[in-house]
Amino acid sequence: MTRRQLWQRLIAHLDKPLLLGICSLLLISLLVLYSASNASWVQPINQMRNIAVALAGMWLVAKLPLHYLMRTAVPVYVLGLALLIGVALFGEISHGARRWLNLGVATVQPSELMKIGVPLMMAWYFEKNEATLTLKNYFFAALLMLLPVALIARQPDLGTALLISASGFYVLFLAGLSWRVIGGMCVAGLASAPVLWSLLHDYQRHRILMLFDPSQDALGKGYHTIQGMIAVGSGGILGKGYLNGTQTHLEFLPERTTDFIFAVYSEEFGLLGNLILLSLYAFVVMRGFIITGNASTYFTRLMAGSITLTFATYTFVNMGMVCGILPVVGVPLPLISYGGTSMLTLLLGFGMLMSIETHKKLVKS
Amino acid sequence: MSKQAEFKNHQREIFHFRLRLVVSIGFVTVLLAVMLVRLVYLQAVRHGYYQTLAESNRIFIVPVVPNRGLILDRNGVELARNFSGYTLEINPNKTDNVEATINELSTLIEVTQKDRKRFKKLLAERRDFETLMIRSRLSDEEAARFAAQQYRFPGVEIKARLFRDYPFGEKIAHLLGYIGRINQADMKLLEDNDLEANYRGSDYIGKTGLEQSYETELHGTTGLEQVEVDAGGRAVRMLSSTAPVSGNTLVLSIDVKLQEVADKAFGSYRGALVAIDPRNGDVLAFVSKPGYDPNPFIDGIDTQSWDELNNSPDVPLNNRALRGQYPPGSTVKPFMALAGLHFNARTPEYAISDPGVFYLPGSSRQYRDWQKGGHGSVNMFKSIVVSCDTYFYGLAIELGIDNIFDYMSRFGFGKKTGIDLEGETSGLLPSQEWKMKRYRQIWYPGDTVAVGIGQGYNLVTPLQLAFATATLANDGVAYKPHLVREVRSLRSSENRFIAKDPIYDLNIDPAHLDLVKRAMVGVTQPGGTAVYASLGAPYRIAGKTGTAQVIAMKQGEKYDAEKIAERHRDHAWFIAFAPAEKPKIALAVLVENGGHGGGSAAPIARKVLDYYLLGKVPRPLTEAEVKEAGEHD
Repeated sequence: MTRRQLWQRLIAHLDKPLLLGICSLLLISLLVLYSASNASWVQPINQMRNIAVALAGMWLVAKLPLHYLMRTAVPVYVLGLALLIGVALFGEISHGARRWLNLGVATVQPSELMKIGVPLMMAWYFEKNEATLTLKNYFFAALLMLLPVALIARQPDLGTALLISASGFYVLFLAGLSWRVIGGMCVAGLASAPVLWSLLHDYQRHRILMLFDPSQDALGKGYHTIQGMIAVGSGGILGKGYLNGTQTHLEFLPERTTDFIFAVYSEEFGLLGNLILLSLYAFVVMRGFIITGNASTYFTRLMAGSITLTFATYTFVNMGMVCGILPVVGVPLPLISYGGTSMLTLLLGFGMLMSIETHKKLVKS
Repeated sequence: MSKQAEFKNHQREIFHFRLRLVVSIGFVTVLLAVMLVRLVYLQAVRHGYYQTLAESNRIFIVPVVPNRGLILDRNGVELARNFSGYTLEINPNKTDNVEATINELSTLIEVTQKDRKRFKKLLAERRDFETLMIRSRLSDEEAARFAAQQYRFPGVEIKARLFRDYPFGEKIAHLLGYIGRINQADMKLLEDNDLEANYRGSDYIGKTGLEQSYETELHGTTGLEQVEVDAGGRAVRMLSSTAPVSGNTLVLSIDVKLQEVADKAFGSYRGALVAIDPRNGDVLAFVSKPGYDPNPFIDGIDTQSWDELNNSPDVPLNNRALRGQYPPGSTVKPFMALAGLHFNARTPEYAISDPGVFYLPGSSRQYRDWQKGGHGSVNMFKSIVVSCDTYFYGLAIELGIDNIFDYMSRFGFGKKTGIDLEGETSGLLPSQEWKMKRYRQIWYPGDTVAVGIGQGYNLVTPLQLAFATATLANDGVAYKPHLVREVRSLRSSENRFIAKDPIYDLNIDPAHLDLVKRAMVGVTQPGGTAVYASLGAPYRIAGKTGTAQVIAMKQGEKYDAEKIAERHRDHAWFIAFAPAEKPKIALAVLVENGGHGGGSAAPIARKVLDYYLLGKVPRPLTEAEVKEAGEHD
């Protein structure tokens, strides 16, 4: 085998356009991280390690043929659910919230696993019942989603619970849930809003109210929002220039390398830079939709669509939070924020997209 | 379904899916548009406004940490105070090689091995962007020496801080607890309660004791300073400020002099003492021996000292007064007698003839009295004075476990007292239901016999027993015990007194009380079991001795034979209140491995009573006096 052939085999299952988009965003991540950590190499180097691990995971998943992918659905979901129940029963209470499970060898956070597990399981379920879909099936699929979501909401980790519900809802939607039911759900949701409000913890209400008047809490979460908006706004059209953001480098911005990294980028690269960034995200999402459109089976269509929509949602939620149009919830900016777990989950998802795209011909033939 | 139909169906399904996909794309487009509009608004339309804000955002909001509240004893003596001093701190984010920096620093300023170990520990549990202390309490000279060389050490700075100090050290550690550096777990807790804003800039938080349970009172409100900085981030001038509000001062009900007397009275004994003012629930002394010095905990104790404390066979970190659970022994007899009168199980005059041993009907099992041969004819008064076991074996059987459980729980046995400290244990008051749940066994009459003299399954904490004694002393009107009497606010000069209302009244028949109290006075009179507790006292003491059998020892095998023997000796109890006619103080003393209650525990109680009521400690007894008084259970 020549070196060229070897190379061909290595990259055979990687989707080139998607890979291009992802890698561009990852490069931006390293660039911004270096600035956000005040020109220190510590975090960019750690991030490179995170990226390397996650890319390897993506490559492996992309090589998996579709029937393997489908076969993982039930085990992943059941494992995730078992771990979540384990957390509820024996989880380590890390002050007020039970999120972690100590397995002896390592502590794990099963809600992270369910970000992939829930849409995977639902897509698998729809595929199994494709021929005879009735409203009952949608109802059951919704239950598959609500069970882990309820467990996660109880931990309590409302942010993650909502985001997993979103990816589950996308599967229901793509699977063809009737518009009438969707409309009904919206009405029911609006009607139950006052009830939900009364169920929220004081601090959760506080965070929502703060959205309308961040100055109320100038030392706490409101401080984050105010400083984030100042960073973005003062960036202007062209930005202050790389490594020149005053908000960033005078340390006004909190959580510069994680949840508020978008503010760092916006301050230094301005509206123009943001147009480029948004285009890159749009490119990745569009490619995701194209893969979804080309997908050959019911399962892969649902999976690809849900992964793509979820990615877009995470991006919007993070940017919206930095720009002060959404409450401050702990969601990182996909592919840019510093962090290993979310990077891995994201790239495993993209690995599935690539597998769906590159294995479809084999299925058809 | 025909193949044709199936194909058609498939086609229709694909069509529907494509439709959904288009809607999805539309949805994402809307999100993108919203984001674009928002960005254009912030970065183009409102750019000028935010530009100005960013410019003037040369303004730092600097948190100003409030002074932590003081803790005073009831007479205003400072038990926890603050003093200002310098620390040397390292920001690991701005330091390339922490190890090398510390080595370099140590040529300038003394850095001990303990300092290094502590720093390593801090490094392991540090929060993001936090500077870590390498040296505390720098002398002025050391601070000046470093300041001159500071340019050589990027990321190292001197900070002026307030230090916490506990002048009474180990004498009061179990009560005050200590503060310590905020670690990740504390931070998480603060975030979950949405308190992290008020803790910006704060480095310390109450970890145990009153420092923990009154954290919200003591911490105070963080202030804000708006400081203008130049492009390099240096402060140029202050624009506005909101002053911090110091934490509230806690005034304890503890009399620290009394606490010291009690602490000293224990000598080398291990044990606990809780003294309560029965008229209002003020805890006057709260001792757990041995104590430990809380001061090294504040900045993180080094591993070696920690191991020494944690592995000591004397378990100095265990708060025996609050958490130690021991069989109450004969100290339950006054309460049992009240139960007997309450349920009409026995009249005061009814007397048994005590042969020194008790049998259950139809059984040959012997339950022995502590006095071989017995006490002769024993009525209720005498049963308490001489601590007659046989009398109470019979009484317990006549009452039955259900009545015993009912009556004893009225005095708070088996329940937390609700004192203002965290981590209280509830002791154990056994019942039929409890035994079934715990051992899946029915309750046997033999169990009741043992409970009658405070052995068997019974467990109490010294605090519980002190509370029960105080309730008895105060004629059944109970006050919740509390260590903090008053919370003083510096800002509003408003003083809040901690609840002084009784929590309940047991409505005990005065005739019953009179009998039991007279009998308890008899205990400290000639013929009683603690006669020299009151030798030479100008006031009358009501008391009761008790002995808790040490059944098993957990860490027994670690120690040599001599020590095992000592640690298997019985625990000694003494409960008392005085003056007997109008009690001002009630207490419970436990001496671990102290043998008989009258021998080791009662003298400690006497010293505390004398100091509180007369302002002096009693003279030591002569050997002749001790001999004459004799020694009993």
